Amino acid sequence: MSRNRRLKLQVFRVIVFLVFGAFFLVPIGAMFEFSTRGNTETAPRTLSAWLTIAQSPDLVAAILASLVLAVVTSVGMLVLLVPTMIWVRLRLPRLSRVVEFLCLLPLTIPGIVLVAGLAPEYRWLSINVSESILTLAFVYLVLVLPYTYRTLHTGLAAIDVKTLSEAARSLGAGWATVMGRIIVPNMWSALLNASLLSVAVVLGEFTIANLLNYVNLQVSIFLLGKANAAVSIAVAVASLMFAFLLLVILSFFGRPRTRVARLEEA
Amino acid sequence: MTVAAKPLVETARRPLRDGRRLSLDWLGAVPFLAYVGLFLLLPTTIVVAGSFVGPNGLTLSNLTAMNQSYIVGAFVHSVVVSATSAVLGAVLGAVLAYAVATGNPNGVLRRLVTSACGVLAQFGGVTLAFAFIATIGFAGFITLWLQQHGINIYANGIWLYELSGLVLVYTYFQIPLMVLVFLPALDGIRPQWREATESLGGATWHYWRYVAGPLLAPAFFGGMLLLFANAFSAYATAAALISQGSIIASLLIANTLSSEVGLHQPGLASALALVMVVIVAIVMVLYTVLQRRTAKWLR
Repeated sequence: MSRNRRLKLQVFRVIVFLVFGAFFLVPIGAMFEFSTRGNTETAPRTLSAWLTIAQSPDLVAAILASLVLAVVTSVGMLVLLVPTMIWVRLRLPRLSRVVEFLCLLPLTIPGIVLVAGLAPEYRWLSINVSESILTLAFVYLVLVLPYTYRTLHTGLAAIDVKTLSEAARSLGAGWATVMGRIIVPNMWSALLNASLLSVAVVLGEFTIANLLNYVNLQVSIFLLGKANAAVSIAVAVASLMFAFLLLVILSFFGRPRTRVARLEEA
Repeated sequence: MTVAAKPLVETARRPLRDGRRLSLDWLGAVPFLAYVGLFLLLPTTIVVAGSFVGPNGLTLSNLTAMNQSYIVGAFVHSVVVSATSAVLGAVLGAVLAYAVATGNPNGVLRRLVTSACGVLAQFGGVTLAFAFIATIGFAGFITLWLQQHGINIYANGIWLYELSGLVLVYTYFQIPLMVLVFLPALDGIRPQWREATESLGGATWHYWRYVAGPLLAPAFFGGMLLLFANAFSAYATAAALISQGSIIASLLIANTLSSEVGLHQPGLASALALVMVVIVAIVMVLYTVLQRRTAKWLR
């Protein structure tokens, strides 16, 4: 690439990153600023809003509920999806399109629509099974399907499932051994990716929890916002940073094996 | 998006014994199918069926009742807000994606930007609405700073809590979504195509007009459609910013589902939800068509 063009490209990139960086970081910074304000305009910065988080039992309960929901959803998703995808890949290839369609369907059905149909089911659940917020895990599992299916599919496609399973079976392994000790250990990064994605989705979910009258992390931020803005903004920015950290970790484990040709290279 | 055109794995299926016509392998798929049926297909069916049910049994009154001006207005507002934020998000997101794609594919910057985009695209909603309230709300950081310099951005009304504010906050999470969707397409552009254009005497303008432009167009417009569907279905942001009223479709559905003021009308809520899901489904079908075209060239 000519030096002139390379220079123009670099200038363009610097400007773009500065402008977008400002646009995206200013509100985040404003959240930190808001949550550390003192009582009056001239009072010094204080961490009292942040410290109050640990002292509000409702808030802590909501945070814990969301974290537990995230873990339960992740585990449930792996337990449901991984054996099914392996089985479909090996024994029911005609079903793979159906599975793919079903997994991508939640993208087309907005949360607000799903909740309209879930209300009767959850009424039944809260009477006959449990009133606990953890029942939300049933729905959240469906919500995370589109993102996790794609990740797991890529991970499965990268290993030769048929040969590995046939070799194991010919040596006398049962299906549990094949799935648990042969295939799963070969897809660690895909499994980790899918789990972290599920956690991010569950932590950020508001619509369904709110309209089914459960108080998860986002709902508690929302409710608290009316009462104590500083504390709710502190929790909000903390949850954002937490999710960001999770996804940065994910990016170190999920590098695709294919080399990506560098765009605009001479 | 995955392309499962033909199953790549030829399976060594167990030969059916004893003249059985149906293999028992299907049992393995039952847990998944049953689960998805129970928690995805059943609620959707309930919504669809519920829109045809009134206080006296089967009726079309829910659908005809939607001809009221406040309902039509809500959907129009939804379309306007979604379309505006989709176009803005698509254009700005494409620019940002291009800046990211032209950098080091394994570099720290790309990792950070993609992770940030992943978070912001997911956490759009309450968190981001509060971020904007903290920035340009009444007591926001920027508002106060501008006031100190004599500029009152709310001289004509508090627009953050109305449609224009909604467009601004929506754009904030539409841009990251566009980056996530468009980046794979940009990665698929081969540098050889640029070299080929130059060896044939073409300039930058020719490259973009005849090579990269047409190749990226399906991905770009597909991304825009996805952004539209995303904004149209969004509820959390509007709920956090707009405390009263139902100026967009999702708020309207929520208020007819569970209002404390006695506006609770489940049949109408189902009908509204049906309209929303039909609109989103059409957009997503178009998106899928465009995705297939993208995948043809830009793997």
